[in-house]
Amino acid sequence: MEYVPAFARWLHFMAGVMWIGLLYYFNFVQVDALKAAQADGTAAGITKHVVPRALLYFRWSALVTWLAGAALLGGNFFLAFGLQGVYSAIGIGAWLGTIMLFNVWFLIWPNQKKILGIVQATDEEKTKARRVAFLASRTNTMLSIPMLFFMGAGAHVAIFFG
Amino acid sequence: MKNPLDSLWGTIISGLILTLILYNIVNHFLGG
Repeated sequence: MEYVPAFARWLHFMAGVMWIGLLYYFNFVQVDALKAAQADGTAAGITKHVVPRALLYFRWSALVTWLAGAALLGGNFFLAFGLQGVYSAIGIGAWLGTIMLFNVWFLIWPNQKKILGIVQATDEEKTKARRVAFLASRTNTMLSIPMLFFMGAGAHVAIFFG
Repeated sequence: MKNPLDSLWGTIISGLILTLILYNIVNHFLGG
């Protein structure tokens, strides 16, 4: 067994499932659930107990996914990001994953900190933060579709591009 | 015009369209 690439691939899958699983939880479940909970006055429990924990695992699993992916690419890292030859498919996946990681750490998390009251923000700032965090999260959901396609395609080029 | 990302179906359809566009770029211009 080649221990480093084997372990990196395993970790990349596990952390990736957690990251994208939580992303889909936010977008397919929590957005509508919070609207319904706000309507009947039960949202406080979700925002206090569920959202911070979900965001904790979400942002760190995103980083671990990216780092394990980079380790998995190893010496082919720059061939992939340079979209060179047979590495172009995995390279597109890698670029999409990188944009998504950026969105998590520089758009979603800083704005969620304002929404959750972890950092001080006026009501107006919170309203803006909600919209930015929502759109960044929806953008990541949209990007996850081609990202997952190209992650699969990159590992099985003959099937997808043969 | 409504932002397609405001709805889940708009988000999914946008993702599928982007997949098709990127697939064709990789297939035709980058050599898979």
